[in-house]
Amino acid sequence: MDAIKRYFRSPAAVAGLILLVIVIAMAATASLVYPRDPLALAGRPLIWPFSNPRFLLGTDNSGRDIAAQIFYGARISLLIGGVATAIAVMIGILVGAFAGFYGGTIDNVLMRITDAFQTLPNFVLLLVLVAVFGSTLTTVTIAVGVVSWPAPARLTRAEFLSLRNREFVQAGRTLGMRDIQLILGEILPNALPPVIVYASVVMAVAILLESALAFLHLSDPNVASWGNLIGLGRDVLRVQWYVSAIPGIAILVTVLAVSLVGQGLNDALNPRLKSR
Amino acid sequence: MNADAILTLDRLSVRLPKGADRAHALSEVSLQVASNEILCVVGESGSGKSMMANAIMRLLPNEVAIDGGSMMFEGRNLCAASSAEMRAVRGAGIAMIFQEPMTALNPLRTIGDQIGEMFSIHTSLSKADIKAKVLALLTDVHIPDPSVAAKAYPHELSGGQRQRAMIAMALALDPKLLIADEPTTALDVTTQAQILKLIRELQQRRKTAVLFITHDFGVVADIADRVVVMQHGVIVEQGSAVAVLNRPQHAYTRQLIAAVPPLKAPPPRTLRDDNILTISGVSKTYRSGGFLGRGARVTAAVKDVSLNLPRGATLGIVGESGSGKSTLARCIVRLIDADQGAILLSGKDWAAMSRENVRRETRHIQMVFQDPFASLNPRRKAAELVAQGPIVHGTPRTTAIAEARELFALVGLDPSAGDRFPHEFSGGQRQRIGLARALALKPDVLVADEPVSALDVSVQAQVLKLLADLRQRLGLSIVFITHDLRVAAQICDLVAVMKDGEIVEHGLIGKVFGAPKHPYTQALLASIPGGDFTRKRDATVV
Repeated sequence: MDAIKRYFRSPAAVAGLILLVIVIAMAATASLVYPRDPLALAGRPLIWPFSNPRFLLGTDNSGRDIAAQIFYGARISLLIGGVATAIAVMIGILVGAFAGFYGGTIDNVLMRITDAFQTLPNFVLLLVLVAVFGSTLTTVTIAVGVVSWPAPARLTRAEFLSLRNREFVQAGRTLGMRDIQLILGEILPNALPPVIVYASVVMAVAILLESALAFLHLSDPNVASWGNLIGLGRDVLRVQWYVSAIPGIAILVTVLAVSLVGQGLNDALNPRLKSR
Repeated sequence: MNADAILTLDRLSVRLPKGADRAHALSEVSLQVASNEILCVVGESGSGKSMMANAIMRLLPNEVAIDGGSMMFEGRNLCAASSAEMRAVRGAGIAMIFQEPMTALNPLRTIGDQIGEMFSIHTSLSKADIKAKVLALLTDVHIPDPSVAAKAYPHELSGGQRQRAMIAMALALDPKLLIADEPTTALDVTTQAQILKLIRELQQRRKTAVLFITHDFGVVADIADRVVVMQHGVIVEQGSAVAVLNRPQHAYTRQLIAAVPPLKAPPPRTLRDDNILTISGVSKTYRSGGFLGRGARVTAAVKDVSLNLPRGATLGIVGESGSGKSTLARCIVRLIDADQGAILLSGKDWAAMSRENVRRETRHIQMVFQDPFASLNPRRKAAELVAQGPIVHGTPRTTAIAEARELFALVGLDPSAGDRFPHEFSGGQRQRIGLARALALKPDVLVADEPVSALDVSVQAQVLKLLADLRQRLGLSIVFITHDLRVAAQICDLVAVMKDGEIVEHGLIGKVFGAPKHPYTQALLASIPGGDFTRKRDATVV
């Protein structure tokens, strides 16, 4: 309860939350506001924004409504951001928890695997995965999740390392708890806050990764995503720059919103850090 | 008004931020410190005594502010002094030593450097002069080999030597007033006795006024000229040490003095012949660093320890920090695996059992931990914490929670407290929860690792009484680890004195404490603060 109160005391965190709620509302109401397929031809190509009341944000090079694509794109971005983050954090917690709790050989093996993932640039690895497994929405989402887990894993491991020798964990041991009970019931709830906060960073990066893929025409072309729209606008960038700029702003706003919420959560969950 | 008062606090009030447990950390505190005297400020945690020291130095946290009264130091009101003026006062006029010398010293600079800094900030002495002064100061505080100590980094010195270095630094500029905030609390008894002696000696030689903050009336009896007793930010009593100690007027003072544990052991109880726990030849060695066994540091934490615990008895293991007593306790409950030796619990060798068996048998032996703040999972409610053990061993959840509430009553907590989280309890209450958690499994043996060290004296007395009472009612056998001989004297039937991993002396507590044979035991007993006072008091009581 205190954490919620502290959260709403920060104007930046509240602004972030409002922006995020707007993006979520766009995603939720997309099919109500624009009942037609967003990828269907709607009118003349390349109508400038605000020049035709039927297409408020204009149309792209093949005459599809940009506003409709922005609304539907919000769905894709949030879906990829959310699911990929869940995958990344889940793998990260699993690897980090075991490495941190057991230490020794298990820690060494798991951390060298993490190193291997971290030494490769995220995006290159993502390109390889998409090249191998194809670029449907599902594979792209999973691939983004799979390249993003090392950082949460390291964070979880660090938390576990500092918590595993606390007296309350030793007390659990003397009560006869199994290792898995100690990991899940005793340590994890205490290790979670920083990982949750970091999840917002993972989510922002996941949205950007998908957009970058789409910009290179490597994401799923059969869905209306912001990245696809930017990639499409690349061909007419010098004259009809708005085709790329409008989804670009949408991505900027979403990533900003997620980051602000993450920062707000951080201050709310670790109040001592902020007053310093 | 005393004419030679160095520092006069007149109705000083310090306001706490909104939402604190009281409005004022200090309210209308008036006291005087005269030159050439040691004024002890005594109180339990939360009494505002440390806040007063920080207020005098004007080192209060941001949200806390002085909101009334005056502090006169050498004819100047410190409440109104600018921060530049305060900088000149700090160090040169009023110096301070802290509880934990390790955190008060900069770990990246040598001791000599840090003491020398006092001179380079406040004086214009040459480098060679400063060096000579530093050496003279270190000699003054009786650091062995001062020239080596001056070149050492804080981590290279022992706790006692670090505190000596801190004192040297504080005294560098011949301050009129020395504020000592619990300077010996983090130290072992024998070191504590030496530091107290040093402060006394320096004070007499230099005629400095000392404001000595402590929670321990034993220390007061050893060192104070005058005493101020504080409770909840208010001075409840002040007067000469002799008067306050022998004829305390206020009920709270009497309670605090009565809580200083007597040194004499209670009359011996008859012990049974059968041993519930037999430890024989237990050793534990730590190895660290080194590559392929070369250059590794080997520390023998526990060396060939053999002890017996008769059924229903309490065995005290006393020793200073680093003596291996906590390692031994953790070996007994198998939190650490001993390298050698056998631990027989009701006939079964506990040390040789597999991890899985230990997990199943663990309800026979339970542990109570030192730190009531760290030993309870902050994210579980109290009843859940206590019920955890039985749940792990197969009791249905609802039954376990109901039993937990009964245990609450047993350890003197309100059964309705079960729905609260650990941070909503005080230190003493938390330790009761820790005790209830250990008792929930109905153990035969309870291993208590410094269970009262983190508590205030009056709470300490209550928890010890509870422990003695439970021992009687539940027929518990207890292994009681402590560094405080006074605590051991109150509850233990048998005592073993540990030094550097070895048992140097053990036997019935009356015998060991009454006629110690080993020089180390004798030194420990001689270093207990307020020893003379308690002995005199105990003599008059009997």
